[in-house]
Amino acid sequence: MSSDSKSVSTDEKPAPKPAPKPAPKPAAKPAPKPAAKPAAKPAPKPADVPAFEKGISDKIVEKFGEKTKVAFVKPDRVRIDVNKDDIHDVAEFIRDGLNYDHVESVSGVDYPQDNEIEVVYHIGSYSDDSLARQILVLATRAQRETNPLPGNDATVLPTLRDIFYSVEFHEREVFEMFGVYFNDHPDNRRLLLPEDWADLPPLRKDFAIKGR
Amino acid sequence: MTAELPPGLALQKVDERIMTLNVGPQHPGSGHMRIIVQIDGDYIVACDPDPGYVHRGEEKMAEYRNYITNIPHLERPVIHDSCNVLYPYVLGVEEILGIEVPERAKYVRVIASELNRCIYTMYWLAIYGIFLGHSTMFMWPAGDRELLIDLMEKMTGARVTHAHFVPGGVRNDLPPNFEEVCLRQVNYFEKRIKEYAAVFYDNPILISRTRDTGILSRQDAIRLGTTGSVLRASGVDYDLRIKEPYDVYDELDVHTNVMKEGDSYARSRVPWLDMLDSCKIIRQALQKMPKSGSVRVKLKPNPKGKGLDSVYKRVESGRGSLGCYIVSDGKPEPYRVKLSVGSFRNLIALPYLLKGEKLGNMPSVYWSLNYWPVEADR
Repeated sequence: MSSDSKSVSTDEKPAPKPAPKPAPKPAAKPAPKPAAKPAAKPAPKPADVPAFEKGISDKIVEKFGEKTKVAFVKPDRVRIDVNKDDIHDVAEFIRDGLNYDHVESVSGVDYPQDNEIEVVYHIGSYSDDSLARQILVLATRAQRETNPLPGNDATVLPTLRDIFYSVEFHEREVFEMFGVYFNDHPDNRRLLLPEDWADLPPLRKDFAIKGR
Repeated sequence: MTAELPPGLALQKVDERIMTLNVGPQHPGSGHMRIIVQIDGDYIVACDPDPGYVHRGEEKMAEYRNYITNIPHLERPVIHDSCNVLYPYVLGVEEILGIEVPERAKYVRVIASELNRCIYTMYWLAIYGIFLGHSTMFMWPAGDRELLIDLMEKMTGARVTHAHFVPGGVRNDLPPNFEEVCLRQVNYFEKRIKEYAAVFYDNPILISRTRDTGILSRQDAIRLGTTGSVLRASGVDYDLRIKEPYDVYDELDVHTNVMKEGDSYARSRVPWLDMLDSCKIIRQALQKMPKSGSVRVKLKPNPKGKGLDSVYKRVESGRGSLGCYIVSDGKPEPYRVKLSVGSFRNLIALPYLLKGEKLGNMPSVYWSLNYWPVEADR
């Protein structure tokens, strides 16, 4: 659905592509015609960055400046990467300044090669109708620890539960599946795993499935 | 006992007059989960849901299989609603691989997902009926559900686990004269479920048991991030088929049902009204569907993404918004798949709703959340 999904990996690729290409090119820039692949990437960017979504990310960047990094602006999706020390303030601004009101999903992603674990919040809004389609993706990274035992956590992030009440169970899930301890979360217990689970958090990459 | 447990696992200390009661995981009234309730006499003072008894690690399994072989196991969380569970995953993979879906396949998908929504809701309605002691409401939906299951069998070849949606379209085209059979069955089905009003929804016994129990206000429904029928029963008009239409929902006339009460009765009525609207959507889709054409774009074996990429797609399933977050690193297998399911998001409302409620009202409040334990555990 997104704009960059037009570059196809299927068999029907060659037919539709040459047709629309000559039309916009003479109008904008006649020079970069021979360089097909590298020129195609930067050229559509200013045109297809959606204005409304750009406005959302601009507001956050304006407020926090260097602390935030806009990872992408796609139709209906804006992703902001922040440092873990700033995530609490940024989330508070997202709720109070931008009218987002609930978190749909909190996912951990393990990056052992960077020695980091990323936690991604997908934030949506019910009360503001203009934001109904929008999902704001807020991501932060925590230091990954090799021996994650409860009570011995170095993988610590501040909780967003006091800002978005709806993250309560999601953060508990990330805690047990990745060993990310959320500071000040009122109820940091396991949720899905058995109480006597004594192995690594299972969604980390170093937890291997037998036979695979 | 508590001292030996690692921090994070210790249970709360309980007062002398308060008794802790485990409901489940074997008790049929709770599904495959345990609800730890603390009761003072007949009233619930605290409730701690303990899901996870059917956790199967779908997200972990998805990291070891390629985009296509993930399909049959990712629908397992809700086998009655298997088309809708696969839907966001398939949409996300299409965006990662950059596939354009044929028009006819989009309509077939919409028909399949609406039929599946009805099949799931009928199953849920049967369980809701029997746990309120209304055994007619168990028999009728369980029987009428067969009409649509037969349709899905005709369409996909399987009665329950269809694995019909694939990146690039649907697996098979519709069988010959499917349109006529579908129209006939759906019309009869609609007539049947309208009769449920007299026996169930207008039944004074049901109304007296579910009215004004477990009230969730509009502000709290938003604050807790609930979704689907729970949210719409609390007066929030939010349905992804309208707010963020995927595939061809923007060409169809979709109507949502919103109730203001926010009690168990409203939460049980909204899915039934949604089923009536699903019948209308199916009829429109049958009419507007292109009568011939491809339903599937053939992929190369082991398709790969374009490098580090992530998508978040969501659809409206039988239990509310169902999101799928896929991270790809350019390999044939996804780097991470996360399902954000409606049941899991609605679970947070349970402790909130049960506080101060009578223990006898627990089944009606719990099942009105449209909760499916297997989906929440994944």
